[in-house]
Amino acid sequence: MSLLTEFPKMGRTDLRDFKKAIDESFRDFTRNYGEAIENFFDPLLYFLVWLEKLFLNTPWPIIMAVIALLVYFGSRSIKLTIGAIIAFLLIGYLDMWEDTMATLAIISVATIVCISVGIPIGILMARSNRTQTVVTPILDIMQTIPSFVYLIPVVMLLGIGKVPGLLAVCIYAIPPIVRLTNLGIRLVDKDVMEASEAFGASYKQKLLDVQIPLALPNIFAGVNQTIMMALSMVVIASMIGVKGLGVPVLRAISNQYLALGVMNGLAIVVLAILFDRVSQSFGKRLQAHRESGHNV
Amino acid sequence: MSDIKVSINNLYKIFGSDAASMVDLVKEGMSKSDLLEKHGHVLGLDNVNIDVRKQQIQVIMGLSGSGKSTLIRHINRLIEPTSGSIIVDGDDILSMSLAELRDFRRSKASMVFQKFGLLPHRKVIDNVAYGLSIQGINKEEALARSNKWIKSVGLTGFENHYPSQLSGGMQQRVGLARALATDADILLMDEAFSALDPLIRSDMQDVLLSLQEQLHKTIIFITHDLDEALKLGDDIAILRDGAVIQSGTAEKIILHPADDYVTDFIKDINKARVLKVSSVMAKDEKIKGPEISDNVIIEDALQTVSQSGSNGAIIVKNGKKIGTVSLTDMIMAIARSTENTDSDTVYR
Repeated sequence: MSLLTEFPKMGRTDLRDFKKAIDESFRDFTRNYGEAIENFFDPLLYFLVWLEKLFLNTPWPIIMAVIALLVYFGSRSIKLTIGAIIAFLLIGYLDMWEDTMATLAIISVATIVCISVGIPIGILMARSNRTQTVVTPILDIMQTIPSFVYLIPVVMLLGIGKVPGLLAVCIYAIPPIVRLTNLGIRLVDKDVMEASEAFGASYKQKLLDVQIPLALPNIFAGVNQTIMMALSMVVIASMIGVKGLGVPVLRAISNQYLALGVMNGLAIVVLAILFDRVSQSFGKRLQAHRESGHNV
Repeated sequence: MSDIKVSINNLYKIFGSDAASMVDLVKEGMSKSDLLEKHGHVLGLDNVNIDVRKQQIQVIMGLSGSGKSTLIRHINRLIEPTSGSIIVDGDDILSMSLAELRDFRRSKASMVFQKFGLLPHRKVIDNVAYGLSIQGINKEEALARSNKWIKSVGLTGFENHYPSQLSGGMQQRVGLARALATDADILLMDEAFSALDPLIRSDMQDVLLSLQEQLHKTIIFITHDLDEALKLGDDIAILRDGAVIQSGTAEKIILHPADDYVTDFIKDINKARVLKVSSVMAKDEKIKGPEISDNVIIEDALQTVSQSGSNGAIIVKNGKKIGTVSLTDMIMAIARSTENTDSDTVYR
């Protein structure tokens, strides 16, 4: 009878030992390989620190000019460019310049990492169904598991600092670019692929001349989503020692500073909107051939 | 025989998970529907044998589902056969390694597709040069050669347009130019003109025929349209349920249809435009009339004869009289036969 009323469960001591065994083996792993892994990520750390310093040490008018130029060449829109200039002037005036630069640095590095890792994974996924079956659930986990859960092993392994923060951001932000690269390549018109095959194209020729160019709109949507998700991780990353707009937000939460929280939160929003609009209109312009009449 | 360019021998294609072991069943005579019902496999091609003559247009025609598009994809191995052989210039396509096959596709057989298969992100000129760029030919030469083909299909002035800016007919001209640009001897055309409207289609058929007069390619042309088959084909093979039910010249098929299916198929066509006077030639000394060549079609002969007011015509070949043809015989030949035209007959 007791089987029906009470769920059959593992003995309390067994369960404790089981958890302990996992913890201990991971701790051993950390002890043995922690340093090697840390060294492995060193170049990334140097790059991030260098970029952050560059952003912070460059006089603000120059940064403003560069941002305005980038926005203009990305979007070809005067309105958006003026909007960006006003937003950044406001950010600086409200004393959020340094945090914004730090956030920009980590977002840029995270985006570069996600693109250079995510696109090749997406290509591999599109190439074989087996890879797709393996990778898809991993991406599901990365997107749905509470960030704090994977922060634990990351912090155990690398301690607190910029690199673990960057990793946390990347884990959360990489799935869209992988998914959309895979999807984009799979959606490439079968007739075009067949024609390419019939003319004797090799795998590399098909990939570079047909698949990637035709998947570009989707890949670009993936980049856009990745940037958005990276920005949304800024606050959580600040909990493990990443400088930027997340730090004051965190301080505002624990001290109930409404204005501080809202101001820094809005600065994140402004960055997000700018990245989004610029990258979207840039992506659209890459597709000049789609503009007219009959779509094939 | 040396004038055979492509020889398809005992080709079988079965779709399904265990196709290889089904071949023997089919060879023993199992029908398409039995194979599907009992074993869940689909019979795509059933013992196809076709010899394609060098520099001729071989039309393969059949209704949808007859396996014609499957068949043409075997020739450049876009689809792997279950059993059989395909010999091109003495080499068996099916025993080629991946690298050899790639080479074959690059330089020996190019293809034109029903849905064009153009690269939407490349301009017309770059689409035409696509086959050349795959071969690794340098850009300058590829563009120069492409320009020549763009001119010959009548697309001059559209080099820098994107495919989406062109009409269907013009897009298929790009497809044709792309296939011709690789200088392959064999041209595979998979329902190349079926997606075009009738006027444009007829236009493209003329383009193809006039190009063929200069180029003398070996063309394998797939169609479901009998008129197109008769207009283009030096030889025609009719495919049904994956099997060739009749092959030969247009005239042979019309005069001697192999079975009821073919008879039903050809009953609505304009025979006057296909049959030549030689097919109804006799030796009747009483007939007097104008002299006409033996390869004139009956439609034209009827006009000549009725204008002259005579009861027939004298047929000449190379200036020598070889026979006669009477007005009555010509009319009889093109009259729709009334037998075997039971319109309720359903073919699957």
